[in-house]
Amino acid sequence: MGLKRDNKKQPGFTRRALMIGTAQAAIFGAIGARLYGLQVEEHSKYALMATHNSISERLTAPARGLITDRFGTVLAGNQQHWRALFMAAQAPDPVAVLDNFSKLVPLSDEERARITADLGSRPGYIPVLLKDYLQWPDMAALEVNTPDLPGVIVEVGTSRVYPFGAPFAHAVGYVARPDVAEAKANNVLALPGMRVGRSGVEAANDDVLRGSPGYVQTETNVHGEVVRQVAHDNGIPGQTVALGIDAGLQNLAVQALGAQSGAVVMLDALTGEVLAMVSNPGFDPALFDKGVPAEVWKAWMADPMHPLQNKAIAGLFAPGSTFKPTVALAAMKKGTLTADKILTCTGSFQLGDHVFWCDNHEAHGSINVTTALQVSCDVFFYQVALGVGVDDIADMANTLGIGTDLQLDIPHASPGLVPTIDWAAARGIHWAPGNTVVQGIGQGYTQVTPLALATMIARVATGVEVGPHLARRVGGALQDGSSIGDWPDLDVDDRHLAVIRQALFEVVNTPSGTAYNSRLDLPNVQMAGKTGTAQVHNNTAAEKQKNFNDATMAWADRPNGLFVGFAPFDAPRYAVAVIVEHGLFGAQVAAPIAKQLMTYALTNDPAGRDTPLSTKVSDAGTPS
Amino acid sequence: MDCRSTCGPRNDGLWGRGMSGSALSLHRPFKDRSFGLVRKFLRMNWLFVICVCALAGVGYVALYSAAGGATTPYANSQLIRFCTGLLMMFAIAMVDIRLIAKTSWFAYAVGIVLLVVVMKFGHTGLGAKRWISLGGVEIQPSELMKLFLVLALAAYFHKASYERIGNVFFLIPAIVAIMIPVGLILKEPNLGTAVITAAIGCTVMLGAGVRWWKFAIVIVMIAIAAPVLYHHLHDYQRARIITFMNPGSDPLGAGYNIIQSKIALGSGGWNGQGFLHGTQNQLNFLPEKQTDFVFTIIAEEFGFVGSAATLVLLFSIVAIALYTALRSEHQYGRLVALGIATNFFLYCFVNLSMVMGLIPVGGVPLPLISYGGSALTAVMLGFGVLMSVHVHRDAEFAVDEF
Repeated sequence: MGLKRDNKKQPGFTRRALMIGTAQAAIFGAIGARLYGLQVEEHSKYALMATHNSISERLTAPARGLITDRFGTVLAGNQQHWRALFMAAQAPDPVAVLDNFSKLVPLSDEERARITADLGSRPGYIPVLLKDYLQWPDMAALEVNTPDLPGVIVEVGTSRVYPFGAPFAHAVGYVARPDVAEAKANNVLALPGMRVGRSGVEAANDDVLRGSPGYVQTETNVHGEVVRQVAHDNGIPGQTVALGIDAGLQNLAVQALGAQSGAVVMLDALTGEVLAMVSNPGFDPALFDKGVPAEVWKAWMADPMHPLQNKAIAGLFAPGSTFKPTVALAAMKKGTLTADKILTCTGSFQLGDHVFWCDNHEAHGSINVTTALQVSCDVFFYQVALGVGVDDIADMANTLGIGTDLQLDIPHASPGLVPTIDWAAARGIHWAPGNTVVQGIGQGYTQVTPLALATMIARVATGVEVGPHLARRVGGALQDGSSIGDWPDLDVDDRHLAVIRQALFEVVNTPSGTAYNSRLDLPNVQMAGKTGTAQVHNNTAAEKQKNFNDATMAWADRPNGLFVGFAPFDAPRYAVAVIVEHGLFGAQVAAPIAKQLMTYALTNDPAGRDTPLSTKVSDAGTPS
Repeated sequence: MDCRSTCGPRNDGLWGRGMSGSALSLHRPFKDRSFGLVRKFLRMNWLFVICVCALAGVGYVALYSAAGGATTPYANSQLIRFCTGLLMMFAIAMVDIRLIAKTSWFAYAVGIVLLVVVMKFGHTGLGAKRWISLGGVEIQPSELMKLFLVLALAAYFHKASYERIGNVFFLIPAIVAIMIPVGLILKEPNLGTAVITAAIGCTVMLGAGVRWWKFAIVIVMIAIAAPVLYHHLHDYQRARIITFMNPGSDPLGAGYNIIQSKIALGSGGWNGQGFLHGTQNQLNFLPEKQTDFVFTIIAEEFGFVGSAATLVLLFSIVAIALYTALRSEHQYGRLVALGIATNFFLYCFVNLSMVMGLIPVGGVPLPLISYGGSALTAVMLGFGVLMSVHVHRDAEFAVDEF
């Protein structure tokens, strides 16, 4: 056992330790030299910034990005107004300043409480809002009394404005002041004037619209009065989001719906771009910026037409006969239906002891699928549905965009519902064959949104699996999915699609078709489509007797009128879905609106364009 | 001093005096041992103790000023923590360095367990889980881990011959011992402390005699792996790295602090604005100035004279620690002292660079001066071990000691 003094390792260690020590000493020396530079050589520069203190930095809210339609028409912009802010750090006695301020510009108790809370919770470089929307007399009074108001700043702020108001309210959305938790989590949101998108495009693109804050450095004297501005940075304004919407088309759709409750979605059938998205009635989105008055809020809540709901993407409706193309495609895929297969309609269809009627109890005779769609025969589709089964119908519906999440780029879209055997079993619903029968004509449990119907008809029209989306360009950059070829082919046999398209052509363009009255008046271009009239609940025997043909029914009991269509027939580019809530017959209320919109779209051809057709390219500005 | 329970009989053969290893088991009379304790106490490096106390005094003055000229809430409570730390340092200085060497790996294991515990049950502060509460005292295991890693590596290399250190396979356990805590600290996530921990580990290996070119290879490998690792980072970690590269991009965060911090430093001039008269400090332009940005208070109120003096005091600590390493007659002590010196140096380097806007990273306090208990406790613990190295600098390790 020996003891060891490991001195033999010492020389190497000493050399290394000295090198390490030398390096550390050198770094300390460098820090000292830098300190000398900062403190002695650059002293006068920093001393100026610090005298009497001196430089205070205040963050400023960036301008929120614009939302425009595809041609640059502003749908959401900013308006300037005057407001008073307060930098408490510049005031020797903040409470006295607040008292002086409220003598000039009255503050309510709530405002006073909010200001006190904000002063307590925010860092010194974030000013607190005293009063928004100052009037000229207020500003004059504040200006004259500046010496009594150290730290009070009167400046231009911005509020969000929506030039078109209600027609775009659902698609564009609205902004509101951040709540307390948001302001706490993100200092930038605590800045006066900052807004958070709460719905629609405003919410979905909030991060790009928001921008980054700037700052103002001011030199103040001992009394807190601003002597001069030392530096400022405007920050980075939010980016412009250009939607695929054509404002002209959108306004026309609102006009066409008029006082009726309903929704319209028009898509570019090759790219899925939303060209119009209307939910009627609308609301004034600007109210959310200042705060919605209580009585307005109550009126919205009491309105049976639910103005706040975006019916285009969250309204759930029975598709009625507009579902028949989906049922036919499901059956053709499974092989239980072919283009030539003849089924007989006697005006009714008996299953067990239950009788299902055809529309008007009319007997259509022995017909094929083309004729059945053209005249919208129910009995034909009762039999088709029974043959194919509910699960295969649901599969095809999902393929076409119904009952599935369409990944829309704004929040609150509903996938709708297409029932399956499993779905029913999970909810303890006994699935009888009769349920499948009514599934054939789009009644029963099936619920769709207008957006899903528009997607369905676009996919049927083009054979491309397009997905609907609103944003076309963000900060000028074309978004994925906005070009032809961005979407995969639809997993449906082209020959089957051709049969259905031909039938939909006949619906609109042959005298016996249900939408013949809404055929286009344009030369050499035709629309194809399908009408629908969907019961809203299980009608009583008396109502059935009248076959809904009675406008004296209570509004909320009347069926919804629907129409889906596409054009041009030979080279589909536009797809539309129209629903008029409780409007009775689709052919009478919905198809004429579709005709109006299609005529506008085919005349102005907005799809794929950043500048309107009538403008020469050389005259047009760069798209934004 | 409660040495009887901590030191044990092995404490006795301390000064060697030519005794053989069997002398370690001898029991000496109580009186003799107490005499040893007094001698040991006097053998401490008192210049070092004075420097430590002087820095704590600077901290007291700065914290008094940070509170606007009041002993509460910072100055007095920090003084109490320092006194507790000082007693702890004295106590550890009395512990035989060979006993510390023997418990090195145990301490390392405890540190790893604490890091795992903090990951599972820790408190979240600033987006990272770093703290745990032990008996009411908040500790930051990553701070302790830096010390424990130094002890473990020193123990590993203590008995290694020059030839063995040249063997790459011999280095693998040491590298793994560094990688485990570094990985856990990265997971917290605390990028800054992870890098510092790795740097300390490398310095100890360097001191042990590992060739320079081996470090060069590792650095090249890291440079190659960095883009891959970057790909796997959290978004906010990437944001932090981007801010690291470009502080101007974040006017609310690091950027704001650095502007205000530089104004505070620059407005100090030669002599400063005077005690309690620093405008940046007194008008609260710097958030949390009592912790990471405490140096700006000294610089603003006492000028370059004050800040340079503080710098000299800080470097004295590093220099004395390195001197302790050179004086030690055993490899364990040399490596431990080198590691502790480097730890303290990196604290100062990172904090001061941050305050001057040279590297925009947050969360590293200025040791002995900043307000806060966790770093202070870890630093004083390390100084205790350092003093034990100094006191037991000529202790003899048995060949098969551990």
